[in-house]
Amino acid sequence: MSMKILVPVKRVIDYNVKVRVKSDNSGVETANVKMSMNPFDEIAVEEAVRLKEAGKASEIIAVSIGPSQCQETLRTAMAIGADSGILIETDDMIEPLTVAKLLKAVVDEQSPDLVIMGKQAIDDDSNQTGQMLAALLGWGQATFAGKVELEDGSAKVTRELDGGLETISVKTPCIITTDLRLNEPRYASLPNIMKAKKKPLETKSPADYGVDIASRIEVLKVEEPPKREGGVKVADVDELVDKLKNEAKVI
Amino acid sequence: MSVLVIAEHDNTSIKDATLSTIAAATQIGGDITILVAGENCTEAASKASQINGVSKVLKADDSSLSHGLAENLAPLIAEAVKANGFTSVLAPGSTFGKNILPRVSALLDVQQLTDIIAVESADTFKRPIYGGQAIATVKSSDTIKVLTVRATAFDKVAAEGGSAPIEDLSGASDSGLSSFVGQELSQSERPELTSAGIVVSGGRGVGSSDDFKIIEGLADKLGAALGASRAAVDSGYISNDHQVGQTGKVVAPELYIAVGISGAIQHLAGMKDSKVIVAINKDEEAPIFQVADYGLVADLFDAVPELTGKL
Repeated sequence: MSMKILVPVKRVIDYNVKVRVKSDNSGVETANVKMSMNPFDEIAVEEAVRLKEAGKASEIIAVSIGPSQCQETLRTAMAIGADSGILIETDDMIEPLTVAKLLKAVVDEQSPDLVIMGKQAIDDDSNQTGQMLAALLGWGQATFAGKVELEDGSAKVTRELDGGLETISVKTPCIITTDLRLNEPRYASLPNIMKAKKKPLETKSPADYGVDIASRIEVLKVEEPPKREGGVKVADVDELVDKLKNEAKVI
Repeated sequence: MSVLVIAEHDNTSIKDATLSTIAAATQIGGDITILVAGENCTEAASKASQINGVSKVLKADDSSLSHGLAENLAPLIAEAVKANGFTSVLAPGSTFGKNILPRVSALLDVQQLTDIIAVESADTFKRPIYGGQAIATVKSSDTIKVLTVRATAFDKVAAEGGSAPIEDLSGASDSGLSSFVGQELSQSERPELTSAGIVVSGGRGVGSSDDFKIIEGLADKLGAALGASRAAVDSGYISNDHQVGQTGKVVAPELYIAVGISGAIQHLAGMKDSKVIVAINKDEEAPIFQVADYGLVADLFDAVPELTGKL
């Protein structure tokens, strides 16, 4: 069993950055803000690399859609262990359905046996692209994966649900979307970062794939959430119980 | 205008998140149809027909629908939308809804909106982005609107008072793409996290899974659901289905008690809409105190047992 795996990766504002809303309410501030690979996508790359190390996959292709700086995101994926990268370069805002259409075109071209991707990006929090790609390809989907076992012709995936865990079997080729506890991504070593710079990276445009990238959603405004004011400090447990009973009246 | 709401249910009862989703549908306007798809789901369909404000229930009862597999459910929903001319399709923003609805949306060639928290008009909605660090107002130009609904942002409609007719929806079939193997649902006497009136959560400060029993003791005394920060889950103190935050569940109870939780942005994203927030932490500089209505700077190993004893 030797699979080819496609791993889509997105460049987003770093997980640890406190996001600031622009003063004209047109969006959030991205100038001079640290950008990184979406954490769920990092888990996807790691999972693909582990499958390759276990001898179950032979080739890993990372793909990213966005501005030219996404090359850095692809290099990061290659430093973790992806073999090559494809950048579909565009400065436009690309919605999840459009991303899914572009990825479908890449799948049609590359014929992977498996696509592993993050369950959601931490910028728009949409949690849609994997499911949409599965629909467009007519493939099975295993979302929110906490454990993946490849079998002959199928993948057995344990999914993290609101009420616990569920295990399903999905015929391959299929889409797997990663949840947080699937694995802990490694730090890329310096030699691997150097090696990644020499790996092949191909640049394409949405037009190369004949996909219409027009937006369906108009962002009218972006605002700060209502600010929550801190309250009071209580001296001890007795005062806390008293406040909860008599002031807040919640117990 | 007519709205289709995909019910989340267990074949016998309707999950609360469905009632909040119907509340959002009511704000959009038009007739509301509920789809109850499952196996042996007559009882759930009958309960759906009693929900206030529902015009019709579509019942799809088929062995291929028994475990909510997206590959079987999504085409059934997409066909029902086309056949009945629904102008909006809504599902709860739970792992159930988030798994199914984008697949439906792609089949309909619609750009879905995830986790709406307010209905401004039939085509304009508010939704959180960046883990709730910003709120976007967005307008959809698609003919059909496909939306998942953040349950905590809408007050549930009444589960009784209606008497909608139930119609059978046929056409379900097994895609052969996926199959159910098994499940391990969390067995708990405690209320469900996302609909509980009180939530007691523990963080990294609790220190071990054994010590989490202190948190459980307080939760049980209050009849509360048990939550945890991502740090507590990552440290292995408690299972992931208890996680509250951007990467876990979003809760908005009457009372949220955060114990040994520092208050990372990712955690606040999951609980800051709670009515009353209590924080117990020995670090008086912990960011959680900036959002807490009542803060107690104390060692949780002293304060929590004392609190449990005095309630």
